[in-house]
Amino acid sequence: MALDRWIALVLLGICMAYGYTAWFTMDGSLAPFIRRNPVWPSTFPKVLSILGIIASLIILFGIEKSEPKPAEIDYRRLHEYHLGQALLLLALMVTYALCLRPLGFIFSTSAFLFLGSFTLGERRWHFMLPVALIATCVVWYLVQEVLGIYMRPLPGFIIGG
Amino acid sequence: MLEGLLIGLQTAMSFQNLAMVIAGCLIGTFIGMLPGLGPMSIIAIMIPVAISMGDPSAALILLAGVYYGAIFGGSTSSILLNAPGVAGTVASSFDGYPMARQGKAGKALTIAAIASFAGGTIGAILLMVFAPALSSVALLFHSAEYFALMVVGLSAIAAFAGTGQVAKAMIMTLLGLIMATVGEGALFNLPRFTMGIMDLQSGFGFITLAMAMFALPEALFLVLKPKNLQDDDGEIKDLRITKAEAKAIAPVIGRQSLQGFFIGVLPGAGATIASFLGYAVERNIAPKHEQDEFGKGSIKGLAAPESANNAACTGSFVPLLTLGIPGSGTTAILLGALIALNVSPGPRLMIDEPQIFWAVIMSMFIGNLVLLILNLPLIPYIAKVLSVPRNFLIPFILFFTLMGAYIGQNNATELLLLVGFGICATVLKFADYPLAPLLIGFILGGMMEDNFSRSMQLYDGIAFIWERPLTLALLVVAALLVVLPSYRARRAKARAAGVAEGD
Repeated sequence: MALDRWIALVLLGICMAYGYTAWFTMDGSLAPFIRRNPVWPSTFPKVLSILGIIASLIILFGIEKSEPKPAEIDYRRLHEYHLGQALLLLALMVTYALCLRPLGFIFSTSAFLFLGSFTLGERRWHFMLPVALIATCVVWYLVQEVLGIYMRPLPGFIIGG
Repeated sequence: MLEGLLIGLQTAMSFQNLAMVIAGCLIGTFIGMLPGLGPMSIIAIMIPVAISMGDPSAALILLAGVYYGAIFGGSTSSILLNAPGVAGTVASSFDGYPMARQGKAGKALTIAAIASFAGGTIGAILLMVFAPALSSVALLFHSAEYFALMVVGLSAIAAFAGTGQVAKAMIMTLLGLIMATVGEGALFNLPRFTMGIMDLQSGFGFITLAMAMFALPEALFLVLKPKNLQDDDGEIKDLRITKAEAKAIAPVIGRQSLQGFFIGVLPGAGATIASFLGYAVERNIAPKHEQDEFGKGSIKGLAAPESANNAACTGSFVPLLTLGIPGSGTTAILLGALIALNVSPGPRLMIDEPQIFWAVIMSMFIGNLVLLILNLPLIPYIAKVLSVPRNFLIPFILFFTLMGAYIGQNNATELLLLVGFGICATVLKFADYPLAPLLIGFILGGMMEDNFSRSMQLYDGIAFIWERPLTLALLVVAALLVVLPSYRARRAKARAAGVAEGD
């Protein structure tokens, strides 16, 4: 089975779970005065779940004829591309998300930019370090000082917050 | 009117005010490039500065400069990096980004600048002429019509559905609508589908989703399969548009400026719907061979949303200035600024303080003009962003997507959501599912449900569909927009088959 039909199967599952919530479970906790309303919080989701199930079934059973066209990246030969780099970058993004608050903006961001270019194969240290540090400081200054959006610059254990 | 124009011109042409407009445009353009900071947030940030100036005309002129600058800046990031930071510029990335990939970044930016300028200027002229008359039209639209208008906006999905792709585009739209229902709902603010997770209470962030759908998969594709964004010599070629291209986009700009303006006049509809509709309409009326170009770097596909977007932004000033009703987030903030400056927009504004009204209109003209003059020479340098070495560009794109999501919500969970959705979007992209419909569904979903619920309550059922002729008409238009392309394709195929048999 081709990938697009597998996805349709997953989407069908999502729509059915969504529809189950909309049709059977979420109306239970409604207050009596809401029940007298012509439209409930579940009305719109009910319609959406049915349409979603129909559309995913159409794709799943291949009712609509479509001619395959060459994709930009052939997912069947994914390992031939730079898959490792992409996965490493994604892991780096997750780490960044988890570290942003505890370790502070400046450290996390410069480390992210540095390790990001390192992952992509850059090895000119004298170039990478200054670029990462300067960019971090410029963005921090813009966001914090000019725009007034608070970002914790330093790790929590240093400024004690 | 001439007298009014002269009053406005006199106010706007002082040295101080011209400096204001230039400063505003520059600030707007540069901050607008950062995803996550749209015109609304930038204007909100500039309000303390504007209010402290004390002179309402000067403040408005500054804010108008910032506004137009921010819109142009937003288009820049969606064209160059496929990272639309504002809902209104999502449609610009459909054709703008493919153009940039083909090494025509300079031309794409030039077209965007010219289309924005034309849209804004034509919008301002229309505002000048029609403002008083249009205020009554805006009031004709009830929630039922808004609902129908959103349905028309969703029919833009037809524009993404190639042959055999209709079901895929449809399921993506529905998925977007489903995602829009997560969080506190349209009615009674009950939390829905949050699975008990507090961070989902306010729903998914728009920026998070936009970055996850467009910028992140694009960056991952660049990692997976390295290719140069720019030719090796780093020259930005094709900066100027040729005469033939100018001829091709001129009618598009004209039509979309008009259409965009009138959509913008309706409170709540705004630039986003105008840009999607503009794109869909232009695609549907284009000749067959040009239709295939849409989504692959068509200049018409870029000019249409850009001019519609700007004209709609101008149009949204009509209800603000004539009725005192802000039609969009940005105009709501402007209303706040005006009130803080002791000006109350409304029916009496044109009688009591005509110089303010005219100063606003003149500031629009000047803001647009200054933006064009400032940015056309800057375009080669802005487009140089793409010639940054890949090893540095990709981490920066990823960083800006993260930043955009973080600034908007100030919530680290949003970043995890961004990565998760980004991976899902990449898989969907592998399987050739169109991603734009999902975002369109998500953007319009909330508004659509609000208006649907409101009209259901007003009519105590779905009777509003046939009891309001305007609603019915709009729904018919929506159906035609979806059906017509596939009908045309079928007829073309039948004709082709007929020719083949004749041989």
